[in-house]
Amino acid sequence: MNASTLYDKLWDAHVVHVEPDGTALIYIDRQLVHEVTSPQAFEGLKMNGRKPWRLASLLATPDHNIPTIHRDQGIADPVSRTQVETLDANCAEFGITEFGMNDPRQGIVHVIGPEQGFTQPGMTLVCGDSHTSTHGAFGTLAFGIGTSEVEHVLATQCLWQKKAKAMQVRVEGELPFGVTAKDVALAVIGRIGTAGGTGFALEFAGSAIRSLSMEGRMTLCNMAIEAGARAGMVAVDEKTVEYMRGRPYSPRGEQFEQAAAYWRSLVSDADARFDAVVELDAAAIKPQVTWGTSPEMVVAVDEQVPDPAQAPNSVKKSDWERALAYMGLRANTPMADIAVDKVFVGSCTNSRIEDLRDAAKVAQWAVARNRKVAGNVKLAMVVPGSGLVKAQAEAEGLDKVFTAAGFEWRDPGCSMCLAMNADRLEPGERCASTSNRNFEGRQGQGGRTHLVSPAMAAAAAVFGHFVDVRDLANEVMQ
Amino acid sequence: MKPFVKLDGLVAPLDRANVDTDAIIPKQFLKSIKRAGFGPYAFDEWRYLDHGEPGMDCSTRPLNPDFVLNQARYQGASVLLARENFGCGSSREHAPWALEDYGFRAIIAPSFADIFYNNCFKNGVLPIVLPAEAVDRLFGETLAAAGYRLTVDLAAQTVATPAGETFAFTVDPERKHRLLNGLDDISLTLKFTDKIQAYEARRKGEAPWLFA
Repeated sequence: MNASTLYDKLWDAHVVHVEPDGTALIYIDRQLVHEVTSPQAFEGLKMNGRKPWRLASLLATPDHNIPTIHRDQGIADPVSRTQVETLDANCAEFGITEFGMNDPRQGIVHVIGPEQGFTQPGMTLVCGDSHTSTHGAFGTLAFGIGTSEVEHVLATQCLWQKKAKAMQVRVEGELPFGVTAKDVALAVIGRIGTAGGTGFALEFAGSAIRSLSMEGRMTLCNMAIEAGARAGMVAVDEKTVEYMRGRPYSPRGEQFEQAAAYWRSLVSDADARFDAVVELDAAAIKPQVTWGTSPEMVVAVDEQVPDPAQAPNSVKKSDWERALAYMGLRANTPMADIAVDKVFVGSCTNSRIEDLRDAAKVAQWAVARNRKVAGNVKLAMVVPGSGLVKAQAEAEGLDKVFTAAGFEWRDPGCSMCLAMNADRLEPGERCASTSNRNFEGRQGQGGRTHLVSPAMAAAAAVFGHFVDVRDLANEVMQ
Repeated sequence: MKPFVKLDGLVAPLDRANVDTDAIIPKQFLKSIKRAGFGPYAFDEWRYLDHGEPGMDCSTRPLNPDFVLNQARYQGASVLLARENFGCGSSREHAPWALEDYGFRAIIAPSFADIFYNNCFKNGVLPIVLPAEAVDRLFGETLAAAGYRLTVDLAAQTVATPAGETFAFTVDPERKHRLLNGLDDISLTLKFTDKIQAYEARRKGEAPWLFA
């Protein structure tokens, strides 16, 4: 038998049927459901008198619209409220497990799936959300779908797919102090571009990836879609297996060992061939900051805003000029000179316990020096990814550190990553954000987003402008 | 689903790369629980000078005169000409819903983001990939002549210019068949119920924890 990539193995294990042109019917093991991309799917089911194929494959939670403050008062925006109530009603009608807004297990779909052990190695997992690539961190084939496909999976447990090409992104070496999975993700996107992964399934490999925690791997796979790849993945190792142990949806006892034996086979064979390979040197990666309106518009924090005059071609030149105009930036400005108005630590990219610990170290550094969030920063908010992450952070005292440093400590949800709830930027406001997209208007119409790691965001809050966390690293990151 | 067979349509050019689905339909409109009615809010932040919210009467909103789709010559366009990586970002199917509701049935670009490309086919919208040089030429011709139209023939897999020049494009046979006939995916898939159940039975033996 030919050597296989991890992607080959995951794909082959799920093929139900293949059409002559290669289009395959793929079995889907799990679907996560949220309020924004499901109402029309449930409506379609009802109109056709259909029911979900397998209820145990489904887990629902509201995350995009819900408030991160005063949740006991309900949702003020009637349109948002209707959408969340529609999810509640659909889950009740069809018998789907839902962690409702006030359930302590509620959170961002891409945080709670792994946290609950609902996401498991070797599965196919989909959700009506592009950041479903996150779950690939577990050796899972996971990708985002549109609402028609949400309905299709509900009704048939399957999807029609063409097999993608496989790309290996290999990061070898040791990441410098203060450089995180987020910086790796942005550096990869800076290298291959936002369309560099289009048509590919990415596998992140190499010693730097093996050294990442499961949280770090989730951050990395989360951003695969920002490189154009629907799916990103990391091979299973003992970290993966240990993470799975004892979670509510994980297999138990003998079945766990049986599962773990299978999971350990979910690695690319040593001589497997990839359609493309991209290599990065971990030691050369610096803390990253985006300067424009696409995640590929990124530089290291010790660099400057690029000059459109230096753009490689005329299309890029006009893109850069448009981006600079939108962002209110001048070419050649040092990134460290850029002041911010708001800071957001959160989102499915960076709202897990490790992310909050990283940001809290910077906050702790500030508190120890009687410093707080800088005067020019109107709001610095920390939004945990789930109720359980929030509880864990509070058990560790992180909330107290954040509030002592002048950060706001909020309830879990997508929040200001996409500003569907009340958390948003006003026109012209500039934000250091740990989220995943710096598109025009993403965090609020006219808002200006700079994507960074959690420690970089917290440092920007304390200093009021971007700073190189490596300069603080020796003191802060210990 | 509305079938797509042949279209002779007015062309509108959107000359920027990496147009994301947040730009095609901003987040506040995703709060709707309906499939229809997104057209008036397509490209909302570029198209209007005020801030849009769901339920607004768009007929009285101030239009941005600098946004290309607001020009008189492009009113009624059904073919959108675009640049690389069109539809990147969020998986929101509201993007093709908005474009279709606006009146676009075909989108021509050098490349599309995967999820958006896939979502188009579920909604009777045909995304057409042409080489960058061909797209460049079509931009030039569209800008040069008001009322410029293209004929898109899905069966023949061609785009024809008024001068009679044709560009061939590729499309998966299965997707083409479904779009030409406006077939419902779910009904088709349910014909494979036996195979799906057989897969489940086999998989349950191999990996019982998946079905616990």
